[in-house]
Amino acid sequence: MKEFKHIIQDPVGIHARPAGFLAKEIKKYQSAVTIVKGDKSCKATSVIQLMGMGIVQGDEVIVRVEGEDEEACAAAVEKYMGENL
Amino acid sequence: MIVATGTKISDGIAIGRIRILKEHKYEISYSRTEDKEGELARLEYARSEVQKRQRILYEKAMESAGEEGAAIFEAHELMLEDEELIDPCKELILQRGYKAEYAIWSGFDKTAQMFREMENPYLRERSVDIGELKNALLDVLSGWEVEEESDEEPYILVAKDLTPSETVRLDQKILLGIVTQEGSSNSHTAILAKSMNLPALIRCKEIDKEWEGKIAILDGEHSCIYIDPEAQFLKEMTAKRDERQKQEALLSLLKGKENKTLDGKTIKVCANIGDPSEIEDVLENDADGVGLFRSELLYLNSETEPSEEEQFQAYKRVAQALAPKQVIIRTCDIGADKSVSYMRIRPEENPALGCRGIRLCLTRKDFFKRQLRAILRASVYGNLGIMFPMIVSSKEVRECNALLAECRRELEEEGVAAGQMLTGVMIETPAAALCADELASEVDFFSIGTNDLIQYTCAIDRQNADLEDFLDPYHPALIKLIQMTVEAGHRHNIQVGICGELGSDPMLTEMFLKMGVDELSVNPGSVLPLRKKIRSIDITGTQSKE
Repeated sequence: MKEFKHIIQDPVGIHARPAGFLAKEIKKYQSAVTIVKGDKSCKATSVIQLMGMGIVQGDEVIVRVEGEDEEACAAAVEKYMGENL
Repeated sequence: MIVATGTKISDGIAIGRIRILKEHKYEISYSRTEDKEGELARLEYARSEVQKRQRILYEKAMESAGEEGAAIFEAHELMLEDEELIDPCKELILQRGYKAEYAIWSGFDKTAQMFREMENPYLRERSVDIGELKNALLDVLSGWEVEEESDEEPYILVAKDLTPSETVRLDQKILLGIVTQEGSSNSHTAILAKSMNLPALIRCKEIDKEWEGKIAILDGEHSCIYIDPEAQFLKEMTAKRDERQKQEALLSLLKGKENKTLDGKTIKVCANIGDPSEIEDVLENDADGVGLFRSELLYLNSETEPSEEEQFQAYKRVAQALAPKQVIIRTCDIGADKSVSYMRIRPEENPALGCRGIRLCLTRKDFFKRQLRAILRASVYGNLGIMFPMIVSSKEVRECNALLAECRRELEEEGVAAGQMLTGVMIETPAAALCADELASEVDFFSIGTNDLIQYTCAIDRQNADLEDFLDPYHPALIKLIQMTVEAGHRHNIQVGICGELGSDPMLTEMFLKMGVDELSVNPGSVLPLRKKIRSIDITGTQSKE
């Protein structure tokens, strides 16, 4: 399992479009990606769940990537989040 | 040429093509089915079809509105991609055997509810997106086609009925006039049309689908609309419309001139508005300020309760734009007749006599305090006043004043600035008019709301179009109550204004001024005609007319 931390930069937190593209990015890989904030967590492939977490600017989230191609997947997710969220 | 008659809202003339507002109501069947696979397939079909349509809208919007405006359609497309949104619907089909329509209706509503309950205002607004996607899916299943909007061409809107929020959302730049089949001349929509200075015809029973796209003349003066007019008549009416517009331009010459009667008394003429977007109309018509800011439109136009911050921004915008002119904000006057889903107001047998206005606010103090805090904060940025609607006793006024003081104290403790402002009450119930002396000692001003005052005095529902013949706007009882209010106010040295529809009736202006009314607040479009009238009046009869 790969894990990294990310602080949300976007002024409106995680919203529909970047979340949707994140989901599309992840679906290219086999691995499962989980986003954790405090005691809540969700599948990163679900736009609805991700928005339902109520993540706002400045929140620190933990991203967990698990699967056969977790190395490549984690790298792609980290890059995408760094640039867009 | 076809002629259809109705009840006019204003004298204006509009000439243009008709666009009929399509009603689309969904009939959701609760019936169950054995063909679960078939319903699942319909669900998936609707889903992919809506995704396709959102993509087309996205591309279209990219051309006309650019990236920022188009983003929402792409977000919709991506949201539909999410199984989390669709799974609850699938479950309703698989486990309960519902048809796809009900499954979508109920499943999406659950998700929308989750968003509605979120803290973050951005995410709360996403419940609207879920609702739109739900409707788009249901449109596909019902075979309903969204019409291509011919955005740019001005049009006359024809509709069965319009809600206040629908009316406000119409693009005023290309809206020439409104014709509705229902409504009454005192309905909120009619009042809004008047304040937007739009030619409007209501209770036009003969509305016909065949009118779509046809050239029409809406003739306010004669309370009718002509469909497919002959060329000669069209020419005459166009000339008449242009003449009216010229007259209006002449009225505009009054701008900047003092508002004095022939014998030299200055009368304040203010405007009634409901939305910060009307600031321009106030300035354009050179009103002395805003005598009535109907704050409830902020609530009615929102899918979720506007937060203290959102309200603060709206009030601040008006206060700043109009300073040093005074803006009087009427606290939220909603109830079962002007209701919004998020308020969860129970339907009532008698909404006009029910939990509305100040009664609702004093029942839901936290809700009320959010508004009071927002107004107090905004008052730092201009000249704000506050007034309370639907007052019947001085006990209520004391309670409001105490809450206002409490909010002020809390803000002070938080180190947040709050400005000074005058407080007043609406006199719109016979009880308030009869007890005006007692009320006057609690406040700085009175504002007489003639629309409700006449409804409560004559016990006539002003929303009921069938009763219009019984409603005498000049009823002597109403005139007496107005007079009593003015006298009581002046005994206590407070100002008395009129902010109801009667304030703009030129037949009554002279009487009101003779009674001693200090201020008239009318729709922005009526400000200049009223000023013209005031300048022709001699209150004391000491100035010989030329």
